[in-house]
Amino acid sequence: MLELRDLRKSFGGFTAVGGVSLTVAPREIVAIIGPNGAGKSTLFNLVTGHIKPDSGTVRFRERDITGLAPHSICRMGLGRSFQRINIFPRLTVFQNVQAAIIAHRGHGHRLWGRSADLFRRETMALLAAIGLEDRADAVSGELSYGAQKQIELGIALASEPALLLLDEPTAGMSATETRDAIALIGRIVRERGLSLLFTEHDMEVVFSIAERIGVLHQGRLIAEGPPLEVRANADVRRVYLGGHA
Amino acid sequence: MKPLPLVLWAAGLAALAAVPWLGSRFYTFIATDIVILALFATSLNLLLGYTGLVSFGHAAYFGIGAYTCAILMKTHGVPFPLALAAAPLLAGAAAAVFGFFCVRLTRIYFAMLTLAFAQIVWGICFKWNAVTGGEQGISGVPYPDLGWMSALPLVGSLRVGEQYYLVVLVVVAACLAVLKVIVDSPFGRMLTVIRENAERAEFVGIDVRRYELAAFVIAGAFAGVAGALFAIFNRGVFPDFAYWSKSAEVLIMTILGGMGQFWGPAVGAAALVLLNQQITAYTQYWPFVLGVILIVLLFAFPGGIVGTLVAAGRRLKGASRA
Repeated sequence: MLELRDLRKSFGGFTAVGGVSLTVAPREIVAIIGPNGAGKSTLFNLVTGHIKPDSGTVRFRERDITGLAPHSICRMGLGRSFQRINIFPRLTVFQNVQAAIIAHRGHGHRLWGRSADLFRRETMALLAAIGLEDRADAVSGELSYGAQKQIELGIALASEPALLLLDEPTAGMSATETRDAIALIGRIVRERGLSLLFTEHDMEVVFSIAERIGVLHQGRLIAEGPPLEVRANADVRRVYLGGHA
Repeated sequence: MKPLPLVLWAAGLAALAAVPWLGSRFYTFIATDIVILALFATSLNLLLGYTGLVSFGHAAYFGIGAYTCAILMKTHGVPFPLALAAAPLLAGAAAAVFGFFCVRLTRIYFAMLTLAFAQIVWGICFKWNAVTGGEQGISGVPYPDLGWMSALPLVGSLRVGEQYYLVVLVVVAACLAVLKVIVDSPFGRMLTVIRENAERAEFVGIDVRRYELAAFVIAGAFAGVAGALFAIFNRGVFPDFAYWSKSAEVLIMTILGGMGQFWGPAVGAAALVLLNQQITAYTQYWPFVLGVILIVLLFAFPGGIVGTLVAAGRRLKGASRA
Protein backbone atom coordinates (compact mmCIF):
# COMPACT_ATOMS: atom_id res chain seq x y z
CA MET A 1 0.00 0.00 0.00
CA LEU A 2 2.64 2.51 1.13
CA GLU A 3 6.35 2.09 0.72
CA LEU A 4 8.93 4.60 1.92
CA ARG A 5 12.48 4.06 0.78
CA ASP A 6 15.39 5.83 2.40
CA LEU A 7 13.60 9.15 2.86
CA ARG A 8 15.84 12.02 3.90
CA LYS A 9 15.16 15.62 4.71
CA SER A 10 17.27 18.20 6.46
CA PHE A 11 16.55 21.81 7.30
CA GLY A 12 19.71 23.87 7.27
CA GLY A 13 22.18 21.65 9.06
CA PHE A 14 19.54 19.79 11.04
CA THR A 15 18.61 16.31 9.85
CA ALA A 16 14.89 15.97 10.53
CA VAL A 17 14.46 12.66 8.75
CA GLY A 18 17.63 10.71 8.08
CA GLY A 19 16.95 7.74 5.85
CA VAL A 20 13.65 6.17 6.82
CA SER A 21 12.33 3.06 5.06
CA LEU A 22 8.95 1.69 5.99
CA THR A 23 6.07 -0.21 4.43
CA VAL A 24 2.41 -0.36 5.30
CA ALA A 25 0.48 -3.34 3.92
CA PRO A 26 -3.21 -3.21 2.94
CA ARG A 27 -5.45 -3.23 6.03
CA GLU A 28 -2.47 -2.97 8.31
CA ILE A 29 -2.35 -0.67 11.33
CA VAL A 30 1.10 0.78 11.86
CA ALA A 31 2.17 3.24 14.54
CA ILE A 32 5.17 5.53 14.57
CA ILE A 33 6.29 6.46 18.04
CA GLY A 34 9.11 8.64 19.19
CA PRO A 35 9.85 11.59 21.44
CA ASN A 36 9.04 15.17 20.43
CA GLY A 37 11.30 16.31 17.64
CA ALA A 38 11.99 12.78 16.47
CA GLY A 39 10.73 13.70 12.99
CA LYS A 40 7.26 12.15 13.07
CA SER A 41 5.39 15.12 11.63
CA THR A 42 8.13 15.80 9.09
CA LEU A 43 7.88 12.19 7.96
CA PHE A 44 4.14 12.62 7.46
CA ASN A 45 4.65 15.86 5.56
CA LEU A 46 7.10 14.09 3.27
CA VAL A 47 4.54 11.38 2.53
CA THR A 48 1.66 13.78 1.86
CA GLY A 49 3.63 16.15 -0.33
CA HIS A 50 3.69 19.13 2.03
CA ILE A 51 7.50 18.93 2.07
CA LYS A 52 9.71 17.60 -0.69
CA PRO A 53 12.33 15.07 0.42
CA ASP A 54 16.04 15.67 -0.29
CA SER A 55 16.30 12.08 -1.42
CA GLY A 56 14.41 8.81 -1.24
CA THR A 57 11.08 7.76 -2.68
CA VAL A 58 7.48 7.44 -1.59
CA ARG A 59 5.41 4.82 -3.36
CA PHE A 60 1.68 4.61 -2.85
CA ARG A 61 -0.46 1.95 -4.49
CA GLU A 62 2.46 0.96 -6.71
CA ARG A 63 2.99 4.51 -7.95
CA ASP A 64 5.84 6.85 -7.23
CA ILE A 65 4.26 9.90 -5.59
CA THR A 66 7.48 11.56 -4.43
CA GLY A 67 7.23 15.32 -4.87
CA LEU A 68 3.60 15.40 -6.07
CA ALA A 69 1.40 18.21 -4.81
CA PRO A 70 -0.71 17.47 -1.71
CA HIS A 71 -4.02 17.78 -3.55
CA SER A 72 -2.95 15.18 -6.12
CA ILE A 73 -1.79 12.78 -3.43
CA CYS A 74 -5.03 13.26 -1.55
CA ARG A 75 -7.03 12.44 -4.67
CA MET A 76 -5.14 9.17 -5.12
CA GLY A 77 -6.71 7.86 -1.94
CA LEU A 78 -4.57 9.06 0.90
CA GLY A 79 -6.39 10.83 3.72
CA ARG A 80 -4.68 12.60 6.57
CA SER A 81 -5.41 14.45 9.75
CA PHE A 82 -3.11 16.98 11.30
CA GLN A 83 -1.58 17.14 14.73
CA ARG A 84 -3.08 20.47 15.62
CA ILE A 85 -6.69 21.12 14.83
CA ASN A 86 -6.93 21.85 11.13
CA ILE A 87 -10.54 22.33 10.11
CA PHE A 88 -12.68 25.09 8.57
CA PRO A 89 -13.54 26.86 11.82
CA ARG A 90 -16.29 29.27 10.74
CA LEU A 91 -18.21 26.70 8.74
CA THR A 92 -20.68 24.27 10.26
CA VAL A 93 -19.76 20.68 10.98
CA PHE A 94 -21.92 19.67 8.05
CA GLN A 95 -20.18 22.09 5.69
CA ASN A 96 -16.74 20.91 6.79
CA VAL A 97 -17.37 17.33 5.80
CA GLN A 98 -19.59 18.21 2.84
CA ALA A 99 -16.88 20.41 1.32
CA ALA A 100 -14.43 17.53 1.45
CA ILE A 101 -16.98 15.26 -0.22
CA ILE A 102 -17.69 17.85 -2.95
CA ALA A 103 -13.96 18.17 -3.61
CA HIS A 104 -13.43 14.43 -3.64
CA ARG A 105 -16.30 13.74 -6.03
CA GLY A 106 -14.93 16.34 -8.45
CA HIS A 107 -17.86 18.75 -8.20
CA GLY A 108 -15.73 21.64 -6.95
CA HIS A 109 -15.42 23.32 -10.33
CA ARG A 110 -19.18 23.51 -10.90
CA LEU A 111 -20.26 27.14 -11.09
CA TRP A 112 -23.97 26.42 -11.07
CA GLY A 113 -26.38 24.51 -8.88
CA ARG A 114 -26.79 25.22 -5.19
CA SER A 115 -24.22 23.66 -2.91
CA ALA A 116 -26.30 23.92 0.28
CA ASP A 117 -27.87 20.45 0.11
CA LEU A 118 -25.39 18.75 -2.18
CA PHE A 119 -24.43 15.24 -0.95
CA ARG A 120 -26.60 15.70 2.16
CA ARG A 121 -27.19 11.96 2.50
CA GLU A 122 -23.50 11.05 2.14
CA THR A 123 -22.45 13.81 4.51
CA MET A 124 -24.97 12.82 7.17
CA ALA A 125 -23.93 9.18 6.86
CA LEU A 126 -20.31 10.12 7.45
CA LEU A 127 -21.25 12.38 10.36
CA ALA A 128 -23.17 9.46 11.85
CA ALA A 129 -20.10 7.25 11.48
CA ILE A 130 -17.95 9.70 13.44
CA GLY A 131 -20.73 10.35 15.97
CA LEU A 132 -21.46 13.97 15.11
CA GLU A 133 -24.80 13.71 13.32
CA ASP A 134 -26.64 15.71 15.98
CA ARG A 135 -24.06 18.52 15.85
CA ALA A 136 -24.30 18.92 12.08
CA ASP A 137 -25.42 22.56 12.16
CA ALA A 138 -23.08 23.73 14.91
CA VAL A 139 -20.24 26.07 13.95
CA SER A 140 -17.27 23.75 14.02
CA GLY A 141 -14.81 26.14 15.64
CA GLU A 142 -17.06 26.51 18.67
CA LEU A 143 -17.16 22.79 19.52
CA SER A 144 -15.05 21.00 22.11
CA TYR A 145 -11.51 19.96 21.30
CA GLY A 146 -12.48 16.30 21.08
CA ALA A 147 -15.34 17.06 18.70
CA GLN A 148 -13.02 19.09 16.47
CA LYS A 149 -10.67 16.14 16.32
CA GLN A 150 -13.64 14.03 15.20
CA ILE A 151 -14.32 16.57 12.45
CA GLU A 152 -10.67 16.21 11.38
CA LEU A 153 -11.27 12.50 11.04
CA GLY A 154 -14.50 13.13 9.16
CA ILE A 155 -12.74 15.40 6.66
CA ALA A 156 -9.99 12.83 6.16
CA LEU A 157 -12.55 10.06 5.59
CA ALA A 158 -14.59 12.14 3.16
CA SER A 159 -12.08 11.54 0.41
CA GLU A 160 -12.70 7.78 0.77
CA PRO A 161 -9.03 7.03 1.37
CA ALA A 162 -7.47 3.60 1.21
CA LEU A 163 -4.74 4.73 3.58
CA LEU A 164 -5.32 7.01 6.51
CA LEU A 165 -2.48 9.00 8.06
CA LEU A 166 -3.33 10.35 11.48
CA ASP A 167 -0.86 12.64 13.17
CA GLU A 168 -1.32 12.25 16.93
CA PRO A 169 -5.07 11.67 16.73
CA THR A 170 -5.48 11.90 20.50
CA ALA A 171 -3.09 14.76 21.23
CA GLY A 172 -4.47 17.00 23.95
CA MET A 173 -7.38 14.73 24.80
CA SER A 174 -8.44 13.62 28.25
CA ALA A 175 -8.14 9.95 29.14
CA THR A 176 -11.81 9.29 28.42
CA GLU A 177 -11.75 11.20 25.15
CA THR A 178 -8.64 9.26 24.13
CA ARG A 179 -10.27 5.92 24.78
CA ASP A 180 -13.39 6.89 22.83
CA ALA A 181 -11.39 8.33 19.94
CA ILE A 182 -9.24 5.22 19.62
CA ALA A 183 -12.26 2.95 19.74
CA LEU A 184 -13.85 5.06 17.01
CA ILE A 185 -10.75 5.06 14.81
CA GLY A 186 -10.22 1.34 15.26
CA ARG A 187 -13.83 0.58 14.37
CA ILE A 188 -13.85 2.80 11.28
CA VAL A 189 -10.53 1.47 9.99
CA ARG A 190 -11.64 -2.14 10.36
CA GLU A 191 -15.15 -1.57 8.99
CA ARG A 192 -13.84 0.16 5.91
CA GLY A 193 -10.84 -2.09 5.45
CA LEU A 194 -8.40 0.83 5.52
CA SER A 195 -4.69 0.88 6.15
CA LEU A 196 -3.71 3.15 9.01
CA LEU A 197 -0.42 4.84 9.73
CA PHE A 198 -0.46 7.02 12.81
CA THR A 199 1.89 8.77 15.18
CA GLU A 200 1.22 8.79 18.85
CA HIS A 201 2.91 9.55 22.12
CA ASP A 202 0.45 7.72 24.34
CA MET A 203 1.89 4.19 24.70
CA GLU A 204 -1.33 2.66 25.89
CA VAL A 205 -3.03 3.81 22.71
CA VAL A 206 -0.27 2.45 20.53
CA PHE A 207 -0.13 -0.96 22.08
CA SER A 208 -3.91 -1.27 22.08
CA ILE A 209 -4.44 -1.01 18.32
CA ALA A 210 -1.16 -1.08 16.40
CA GLU A 211 -0.18 -4.28 14.64
CA ARG A 212 3.29 -3.00 13.96
CA ILE A 213 5.29 -0.21 15.54
CA GLY A 214 8.19 1.83 14.25
CA VAL A 215 10.27 3.77 16.72
CA LEU A 216 11.66 7.04 15.40
CA HIS A 217 14.58 8.63 17.18
CA GLN A 218 16.51 11.62 15.86
CA GLY A 219 15.14 11.08 12.38
CA ARG A 220 15.94 7.36 12.18
CA LEU A 221 13.90 4.24 12.73
CA ILE A 222 15.75 2.49 15.53
CA ALA A 223 13.33 -0.40 15.80
CA GLU A 224 10.40 -1.81 13.93
CA GLY A 225 8.16 -4.80 14.53
CA PRO A 226 5.17 -6.18 16.40
CA PRO A 227 4.32 -4.41 19.68
CA LEU A 228 5.72 -7.09 21.96
CA GLU A 229 9.02 -7.18 20.13
CA VAL A 230 9.38 -3.40 20.16
CA ARG A 231 8.50 -3.27 23.82
CA ALA A 232 11.28 -5.73 24.55
CA ASN A 233 13.89 -3.98 22.41
CA ALA A 234 16.73 -2.69 24.57
CA ASP A 235 17.47 0.41 22.47
CA VAL A 236 13.85 1.42 22.52
CA ARG A 237 13.65 1.02 26.27
CA ARG A 238 16.71 3.18 26.67
CA VAL A 239 15.76 6.11 24.41
CA TYR A 240 12.06 6.21 24.71
CA LEU A 241 10.05 3.91 26.88
CA GLY A 242 12.19 4.63 29.89
CA GLY A 243 11.75 2.58 33.01
CA HIS A 244 7.98 2.26 32.96
CA ALA A 245 7.42 0.25 29.83
CA MET B 1 -28.84 31.64 5.39
CA LYS B 2 -31.86 31.28 3.13
CA PRO B 3 -31.43 32.53 -0.43
CA LEU B 4 -33.00 35.90 -1.03
CA PRO B 5 -36.28 34.95 -2.72
CA LEU B 6 -36.82 36.00 -6.29
CA VAL B 7 -39.67 38.25 -5.17
CA LEU B 8 -37.24 40.41 -3.22
CA TRP B 9 -34.88 40.59 -6.19
CA ALA B 10 -37.77 41.72 -8.39
CA ALA B 11 -39.00 44.25 -5.82
CA GLY B 12 -35.54 45.73 -5.37
CA LEU B 13 -35.02 45.93 -9.10
CA ALA B 14 -38.43 47.56 -9.62
CA ALA B 15 -37.73 50.14 -6.90
CA LEU B 16 -34.39 51.05 -8.49
CA ALA B 17 -35.94 51.13 -11.95
CA ALA B 18 -38.48 53.69 -10.70
CA VAL B 19 -35.79 56.24 -9.85
CA PRO B 20 -35.96 58.18 -13.19
CA TRP B 21 -39.69 58.76 -12.72
CA LEU B 22 -39.65 59.50 -8.99
CA GLY B 23 -36.44 61.41 -8.49
CA SER B 24 -34.76 64.26 -10.26
CA ARG B 25 -32.19 63.94 -13.01
CA PHE B 26 -29.56 64.27 -10.32
CA TYR B 27 -30.84 61.24 -8.45
CA THR B 28 -30.72 59.17 -11.60
CA PHE B 29 -27.12 60.26 -11.98
CA ILE B 30 -26.28 59.22 -8.39
CA ALA B 31 -28.19 55.95 -8.81
CA THR B 32 -26.24 55.09 -11.97
CA ASP B 33 -22.98 55.71 -10.14
CA ILE B 34 -24.07 53.54 -7.22
CA VAL B 35 -25.35 50.66 -9.32
CA ILE B 36 -22.12 50.46 -11.36
CA LEU B 37 -19.90 50.68 -8.28
CA ALA B 38 -22.06 48.06 -6.57
CA LEU B 39 -21.09 45.60 -9.30
CA PHE B 40 -17.43 46.64 -9.03
CA ALA B 41 -17.41 46.12 -5.25
CA THR B 42 -19.34 42.85 -5.43
CA SER B 43 -16.83 41.50 -7.94
CA LEU B 44 -14.00 42.37 -5.53
CA ASN B 45 -15.86 40.61 -2.74
CA LEU B 46 -15.63 37.31 -4.60
CA LEU B 47 -11.92 37.58 -3.77
CA LEU B 48 -12.02 39.43 -0.47
CA GLY B 49 -15.03 37.98 1.29
CA TYR B 50 -15.38 34.57 -0.31
CA THR B 51 -11.84 33.45 -1.17
CA GLY B 52 -9.99 35.45 1.47
CA LEU B 53 -7.68 37.11 -1.06
CA VAL B 54 -6.90 40.78 -0.46
CA SER B 55 -6.43 42.48 -3.82
CA PHE B 56 -5.00 45.99 -3.76
CA GLY B 57 -5.19 46.23 -7.51
CA HIS B 58 -8.77 45.52 -8.47
CA ALA B 59 -9.02 48.86 -10.28
CA ALA B 60 -6.75 47.43 -12.99
CA TYR B 61 -9.59 45.29 -14.36
CA PHE B 62 -12.12 48.09 -13.97
CA GLY B 63 -9.73 50.31 -15.93
CA ILE B 64 -9.11 47.72 -18.63
CA GLY B 65 -12.85 47.22 -19.05
CA ALA B 66 -13.41 50.98 -19.22
CA TYR B 67 -10.64 51.58 -21.76
CA THR B 68 -11.69 48.59 -23.87
CA CYS B 69 -15.23 49.88 -24.12
CA ALA B 70 -14.19 53.49 -24.70
CA ILE B 71 -11.57 52.70 -27.35
CA LEU B 72 -13.88 50.34 -29.21
CA MET B 73 -16.84 52.72 -29.19
CA LYS B 74 -15.08 56.06 -29.62
CA THR B 75 -12.08 55.20 -31.76
CA HIS B 76 -13.45 52.29 -33.77
CA GLY B 77 -17.19 52.94 -33.70
CA VAL B 78 -18.00 49.45 -32.49
CA PRO B 79 -21.63 49.09 -31.33
CA PHE B 80 -22.25 49.08 -27.57
CA PRO B 81 -23.26 45.41 -27.12
CA LEU B 82 -20.00 44.25 -28.71
CA ALA B 83 -17.89 46.71 -26.77
CA LEU B 84 -19.64 45.69 -23.57
CA ALA B 85 -18.93 42.03 -24.31
CA ALA B 86 -15.28 42.71 -25.13
CA ALA B 87 -14.62 44.51 -21.84
CA PRO B 88 -14.95 41.46 -19.53
CA LEU B 89 -13.07 39.31 -22.04
CA LEU B 90 -10.05 41.60 -22.02
CA ALA B 91 -10.27 42.31 -18.29
CA GLY B 92 -10.60 38.58 -17.62
CA ALA B 93 -7.66 37.77 -19.88
CA ALA B 94 -5.50 40.34 -18.09
CA ALA B 95 -6.64 38.91 -14.75
CA ALA B 96 -5.64 35.45 -15.96
CA VAL B 97 -2.13 36.60 -16.85
CA PHE B 98 -1.56 38.73 -13.75
CA GLY B 99 -3.39 36.26 -11.52
CA PHE B 100 -1.16 33.42 -12.69
CA PHE B 101 1.70 35.15 -10.90
CA CYS B 102 -0.28 36.60 -8.01
CA VAL B 103 -1.73 33.31 -6.73
CA ARG B 104 1.80 31.95 -6.39
CA LEU B 105 2.26 34.36 -3.50
CA THR B 106 0.33 34.56 -0.28
CA ARG B 107 -1.15 37.27 1.91
CA ILE B 108 0.72 40.57 1.86
CA TYR B 109 2.90 39.47 -1.05
CA PHE B 110 -0.20 38.59 -3.03
CA ALA B 111 -1.66 42.00 -2.21
CA MET B 112 1.52 43.83 -3.18
CA LEU B 113 1.78 41.99 -6.49
CA THR B 114 -1.83 42.81 -7.41
CA LEU B 115 -0.96 46.43 -6.66
CA ALA B 116 2.18 46.26 -8.79
CA PHE B 117 0.27 44.89 -11.79
CA ALA B 118 -2.42 47.53 -11.34
CA GLN B 119 0.21 50.26 -11.38
CA ILE B 120 1.60 48.80 -14.60
CA VAL B 121 -1.87 49.01 -16.14
CA TRP B 122 -2.15 52.58 -14.91
CA GLY B 123 1.28 53.36 -16.38
CA ILE B 124 0.23 52.00 -19.76
CA CYS B 125 -2.97 54.03 -19.71
CA PHE B 126 -1.00 57.10 -18.70
CA LYS B 127 1.76 56.82 -21.28
CA TRP B 128 0.43 55.03 -24.36
CA ASN B 129 -0.77 58.23 -25.96
CA ALA B 130 -1.64 56.80 -29.36
CA VAL B 131 -4.18 54.34 -27.98
CA THR B 132 -5.25 55.47 -24.52
CA GLY B 133 -4.97 59.19 -24.96
CA GLY B 134 -2.31 59.31 -22.26
CA GLU B 135 -2.80 61.69 -19.39
CA GLN B 136 -5.82 63.28 -21.09
CA GLY B 137 -7.62 59.98 -21.39
CA ILE B 138 -10.41 59.64 -23.91
CA SER B 139 -13.34 61.99 -23.61
CA GLY B 140 -16.55 62.18 -25.52
CA VAL B 141 -17.30 58.48 -25.36
CA PRO B 142 -20.74 58.27 -27.01
CA TYR B 143 -23.87 56.96 -25.39
CA PRO B 144 -25.00 53.69 -26.91
CA ASP B 145 -27.66 53.94 -29.59
CA LEU B 146 -30.81 53.64 -27.53
CA GLY B 147 -33.16 54.80 -30.26
CA TRP B 148 -35.10 51.55 -30.05
CA MET B 149 -36.21 52.60 -26.59
CA SER B 150 -38.18 55.57 -27.84
CA ALA B 151 -40.68 53.19 -29.36
CA LEU B 152 -41.39 51.69 -25.95
CA PRO B 153 -44.15 53.01 -23.70
CA LEU B 154 -43.03 54.99 -20.59
CA VAL B 155 -39.34 54.58 -21.36
CA GLY B 156 -39.60 56.41 -24.66
CA SER B 157 -40.08 59.78 -23.06
CA LEU B 158 -36.98 59.55 -20.83
CA ARG B 159 -33.75 61.41 -21.48
CA VAL B 160 -30.88 59.38 -22.87
CA GLY B 161 -29.02 59.43 -19.52
CA GLU B 162 -32.07 57.98 -17.84
CA GLN B 163 -32.50 55.37 -20.53
CA TYR B 164 -28.86 54.47 -20.10
CA TYR B 165 -29.46 54.09 -16.36
CA LEU B 166 -32.07 51.44 -17.13
CA VAL B 167 -29.59 49.62 -19.38
CA VAL B 168 -27.00 49.75 -16.59
CA LEU B 169 -29.55 48.43 -14.13
CA VAL B 170 -30.42 45.45 -16.29
CA VAL B 171 -26.78 44.59 -17.03
CA VAL B 172 -25.73 44.91 -13.38
CA ALA B 173 -28.73 42.93 -12.15
CA ALA B 174 -27.84 40.13 -14.54
CA CYS B 175 -24.18 40.20 -13.44
CA LEU B 176 -25.11 40.16 -9.76
CA ALA B 177 -27.47 37.25 -10.37
CA VAL B 178 -24.63 35.32 -12.00
CA LEU B 179 -22.28 36.18 -9.14
CA LYS B 180 -24.91 35.06 -6.64
CA VAL B 181 -25.26 31.73 -8.43
CA ILE B 182 -21.48 31.36 -8.39
CA VAL B 183 -21.06 32.00 -4.66
CA ASP B 184 -23.87 29.55 -3.86
CA SER B 185 -22.46 26.88 -6.17
CA PRO B 186 -20.12 24.03 -5.25
CA PHE B 187 -17.33 26.18 -6.69
CA GLY B 188 -18.31 28.95 -4.28
CA ARG B 189 -18.16 26.48 -1.40
CA MET B 190 -14.63 25.51 -2.43
CA LEU B 191 -13.64 29.19 -2.34
CA THR B 192 -15.05 29.54 1.19
CA VAL B 193 -13.13 26.49 2.26
CA ILE B 194 -9.91 27.97 0.85
CA ARG B 195 -10.61 31.21 2.73
CA GLU B 196 -11.12 29.30 5.97
CA ASN B 197 -8.02 27.13 5.73
CA ALA B 198 -6.04 26.90 2.52
CA GLU B 199 -3.66 24.25 3.84
CA ARG B 200 -6.50 21.94 4.79
CA ALA B 201 -8.31 22.69 1.54
CA GLU B 202 -5.28 21.46 -0.35
CA PHE B 203 -5.52 18.21 1.54
CA VAL B 204 -9.12 17.52 0.79
CA GLY B 205 -7.97 17.43 -2.82
CA ILE B 206 -8.52 21.05 -3.86
CA ASP B 207 -5.95 22.56 -6.19
CA VAL B 208 -5.92 25.82 -4.25
CA ARG B 209 -3.99 27.91 -6.78
CA ARG B 210 -6.25 26.94 -9.65
CA TYR B 211 -9.37 27.85 -7.72
CA GLU B 212 -7.83 31.13 -6.62
CA LEU B 213 -6.90 31.91 -10.19
CA ALA B 214 -10.41 31.07 -11.40
CA ALA B 215 -11.88 33.38 -8.75
CA PHE B 216 -9.40 36.09 -9.77
CA VAL B 217 -10.40 35.85 -13.42
CA ILE B 218 -14.13 35.88 -12.67
CA ALA B 219 -13.73 38.87 -10.35
CA GLY B 220 -11.60 40.66 -12.95
CA ALA B 221 -14.12 40.02 -15.73
CA PHE B 222 -17.03 41.45 -13.73
CA ALA B 223 -14.91 44.43 -12.71
CA GLY B 224 -14.38 44.87 -16.47
CA VAL B 225 -18.13 45.02 -17.05
CA ALA B 226 -18.43 47.65 -14.33
CA GLY B 227 -15.60 49.62 -15.93
CA ALA B 228 -17.25 49.51 -19.36
CA LEU B 229 -20.55 50.75 -17.98
CA PHE B 230 -18.73 53.48 -16.08
CA ALA B 231 -16.79 54.63 -19.15
CA ILE B 232 -20.04 55.51 -20.91
CA PHE B 233 -21.71 56.90 -17.80
CA ASN B 234 -18.70 59.13 -17.24
CA ARG B 235 -18.56 59.98 -20.96
CA GLY B 236 -14.84 59.36 -20.85
CA VAL B 237 -12.01 57.31 -19.43
CA PHE B 238 -8.93 58.49 -17.56
CA PRO B 239 -5.81 56.81 -16.19
CA ASP B 240 -7.19 57.40 -12.67
CA PHE B 241 -9.63 54.54 -13.29
CA ALA B 242 -6.76 52.10 -12.81
CA TYR B 243 -4.90 54.07 -10.15
CA TRP B 244 -4.29 52.58 -6.71
CA SER B 245 -6.66 55.05 -5.04
CA LYS B 246 -9.48 53.54 -7.08
CA SER B 247 -8.50 50.11 -5.78
CA ALA B 248 -8.52 51.48 -2.24
CA GLU B 249 -11.93 53.05 -2.78
CA VAL B 250 -13.53 49.78 -3.83
CA LEU B 251 -11.87 48.00 -0.88
CA ILE B 252 -13.36 50.60 1.45
CA MET B 253 -16.83 50.14 -0.07
CA THR B 254 -16.62 46.40 0.37
CA ILE B 255 -15.48 46.59 3.97
CA LEU B 256 -17.91 49.41 4.80
CA GLY B 257 -20.86 47.38 3.56
CA GLY B 258 -19.64 44.08 4.97
CA MET B 259 -17.55 41.54 3.13
CA GLY B 260 -19.17 38.63 4.93
CA GLN B 261 -22.45 39.22 3.09
CA PHE B 262 -23.33 39.02 -0.57
CA TRP B 263 -25.15 42.37 -0.52
CA GLY B 264 -22.60 44.07 1.73
CA PRO B 265 -20.43 45.59 -1.00
CA ALA B 266 -23.45 46.92 -2.90
CA VAL B 267 -24.74 48.61 0.25
CA GLY B 268 -21.21 49.86 0.93
CA ALA B 269 -21.07 51.40 -2.55
CA ALA B 270 -24.37 53.16 -1.96
CA ALA B 271 -23.30 54.34 1.48
CA LEU B 272 -19.98 55.69 0.27
CA VAL B 273 -21.44 57.55 -2.73
CA LEU B 274 -24.29 59.05 -0.72
CA LEU B 275 -22.09 60.00 2.22
CA ASN B 276 -19.55 61.55 -0.11
CA GLN B 277 -22.24 63.57 -1.84
CA GLN B 278 -23.95 64.67 1.41
CA ILE B 279 -20.81 65.50 3.32
CA THR B 280 -19.00 67.36 0.57
CA ALA B 281 -22.05 69.64 0.47
CA TYR B 282 -21.20 70.80 3.99
CA THR B 283 -17.47 70.51 4.31
CA GLN B 284 -14.40 70.13 2.19
CA TYR B 285 -12.96 67.70 4.73
CA TRP B 286 -14.64 64.63 3.23
CA PRO B 287 -11.51 62.45 3.47
CA PHE B 288 -11.27 63.32 7.17
CA VAL B 289 -14.89 62.39 7.79
CA LEU B 290 -14.45 59.19 5.80
CA GLY B 291 -11.43 58.29 7.93
CA VAL B 292 -13.40 58.78 11.14
CA ILE B 293 -16.29 56.71 9.79
CA LEU B 294 -13.92 53.90 8.86
CA ILE B 295 -12.23 53.88 12.26
CA VAL B 296 -15.56 53.71 14.10
CA LEU B 297 -16.74 51.03 11.74
CA LEU B 298 -13.68 48.82 12.07
CA PHE B 299 -13.75 48.93 15.86
CA ALA B 300 -17.48 48.96 16.56
CA PHE B 301 -18.99 47.14 13.58
CA PRO B 302 -16.38 44.87 12.05
CA GLY B 303 -19.10 43.07 10.10
CA GLY B 304 -19.81 46.23 8.11
CA ILE B 305 -23.26 47.72 7.62
CA VAL B 306 -24.99 44.60 6.34
CA GLY B 307 -23.12 42.26 8.68
CA THR B 308 -24.20 44.34 11.67
CA LEU B 309 -27.83 44.47 10.49
CA VAL B 310 -27.93 40.72 9.91
CA ALA B 311 -26.48 40.07 13.37
CA ALA B 312 -28.99 42.46 14.94
CA GLY B 313 -31.81 40.78 13.04
CA ARG B 314 -30.73 37.39 14.36
CA ARG B 315 -30.64 38.71 17.91
CA LEU B 316 -34.14 40.17 17.57
CA LYS B 317 -35.45 36.90 16.22
CA GLY B 318 -33.79 35.02 19.07
CA ALA B 319 -35.28 37.45 21.62
CA SER B 320 -38.80 37.18 20.24
CA ARG B 321 -38.59 33.41 20.35
CA ALA B 322 -37.41 33.32 23.95
